[in-house]
Amino acid sequence: MSDKLYIVPVHHPKAENLELLKQALSEVFSLRVDFLPLKLDIELVYNSRRHQYHSTEILADLLHQMPDDTERILAVTDLDLYIPILTFVFGEAQLKGKAAVVSCHRLKNEFYGIPANNEILMDRLIKEAVHELGHTYGLIHCENYSCVMHASTYVEEIDLKDYHFCPDCQAQLKNPEIQHP
Amino acid sequence: MEPSEIGILIVDDEQSVRSSLYKWFVEDGYRVDTAADAKEALKKLEEQSWDIILLDIKMPGMSGLELQERIRDIDPTIVIIMITAYASVDTAVQALKAGAFDYITKPFDPDDLEHLIRNATEKRNLTRENLQLKQKISQLNPEETIIGESPQMKHVLELVDTVAQTDSTVLIHGESGTGKEVIARAIHNRSKRRLFPMIAVNCGAFPETLLESELFGHEKGAFTGSQYRRKGKIELADGGTLFLDEIGDISPKTQLDLLRVLETKQFTRLGGNQVIHSDFRLICATNKNLEEEVKRGNFREDLFYRINVFFILIPPLRERREDIPALAHFFMQKYSRAMNKPIRDISPEAMKLLKEYSWPGNVRELENAIERAMVVGKPPAISPQDLPFYQTPIYDRANPESDSLEAIEKAHISAVLARTNWNIKRSAEILSIDRVTLYNKIKKYNLQKP
Repeated sequence: MSDKLYIVPVHHPKAENLELLKQALSEVFSLRVDFLPLKLDIELVYNSRRHQYHSTEILADLLHQMPDDTERILAVTDLDLYIPILTFVFGEAQLKGKAAVVSCHRLKNEFYGIPANNEILMDRLIKEAVHELGHTYGLIHCENYSCVMHASTYVEEIDLKDYHFCPDCQAQLKNPEIQHP
Repeated sequence: MEPSEIGILIVDDEQSVRSSLYKWFVEDGYRVDTAADAKEALKKLEEQSWDIILLDIKMPGMSGLELQERIRDIDPTIVIIMITAYASVDTAVQALKAGAFDYITKPFDPDDLEHLIRNATEKRNLTRENLQLKQKISQLNPEETIIGESPQMKHVLELVDTVAQTDSTVLIHGESGTGKEVIARAIHNRSKRRLFPMIAVNCGAFPETLLESELFGHEKGAFTGSQYRRKGKIELADGGTLFLDEIGDISPKTQLDLLRVLETKQFTRLGGNQVIHSDFRLICATNKNLEEEVKRGNFREDLFYRINVFFILIPPLRERREDIPALAHFFMQKYSRAMNKPIRDISPEAMKLLKEYSWPGNVRELENAIERAMVVGKPPAISPQDLPFYQTPIYDRANPESDSLEAIEKAHISAVLARTNWNIKRSAEILSIDRVTLYNKIKKYNLQKP
């Protein structure tokens, strides 16, 4: 069994932010976290009418290219992501799978016309990354508003929740049946 | 309700819409499935029940609007949300007019979708709760069945219909077992108070102090052992009907207290100071002649006049023997269903006995007799031996052949065997002897199965 969580930078996320993310994820998941420079063809997943990138297709590309020793793989991007039925997504993950993707695009204050704040961005990015990786371990959305698995459809909701799993989600995470797809 | 208890069916011809919505709802913990067209959707509706259906308006074959009508026919309580493109907002309005809960235009804002599903779930829960409550109310007021083709009972039913429309106090007089409570329930169920409870109190079943506590309720510490505040039956009957059975049995003090309540519709709980109002309709019943009781000084005259506003007399069963066959058949069918026993008829000889018997316990005794006959009887019909008052013609327990112990034993065993329709196990149990002993005694006395 591998213990490698790969972070794949896609389209210019800030390097210093990725370092901070790496540290946070290794603490939360007890995995060895490494960067993996994959070449994803983002033009193929671009929707010119919506000016957005299809997150499900990014996941498919990650799964196609990931190394054999991958326990989990997380793409981090600055691109604005979507799935066809929704106007946008902060991220997407395979439920009980290996791959997840998160976008910083709508996590930034400047997207909402507010002055940039990298600390707030990092706070939101870590929460969304933990949230999407939580889905890969089979966790579904949690009613507990402070749990990281609580569904967030706008950034203020992300700000309300914690980095951590609530006791119920933590207990499910420890269940060996759901940890290894 | 937990999301896992809510079923969402997504009906859309676009695969990407189905898969992305499927994923979204699965992550929220809902039970989710998808259908690519109306045909598949109808199949899934047959297989399972669904709470919420997201339905694309434009689909090849049967459109979302047509499908919506079909779904409404199958289950009108399902919450339907129409999915539209911007171009088809007019159609969405049409869908709303046809009963859809809401519509959402593609692509959805995640927050809008979340709110929409939350509202739809709430609506579904309210609909379910409403159905459950209606069911509970109908269980609280079970449909009463009054069987009676005799002129006397027809007259009683006319009186019931007349008085049910008013709020007048009713006094029902009838012998024990004539169905006074059934008549009271019929009045309640046909009155405007039927959606509120009918609270029945058997006044004869309680000693004076307990009856007061039962009627008026009590505060914590009102008397030894009253650890909690308890609402009385008068308070519980608020909005509905209060049925006081055996009203002739209440003590002079309770008569006075009751009179006060009837005059003011106000009272206090035992040990309390708070004045409580209760809006109830009063129906009283008795098997005593209250006028005689008033003359004897056992019943307050003023209370008698207050409760005797509308008088209904239920005739005893022996005075309306023409009702016996219908009643007997009704109880036979009732217990045949309850016991799952294929007895479908009453033999002419048994019916003759039923019609001739005096029925001192009235309809209640008839019901008990039929229930017993259904237990001991054998299909296809109830026979005379199954009836509790059937006397074996050969060995009369009351008139044994002689006064010797053996003759009495013979007559008694014979009577028990007849009563159980020669069921050896049951007879042995009744006689408190084992089966071998019973067989020996049957042999000894040369008893013959009829």
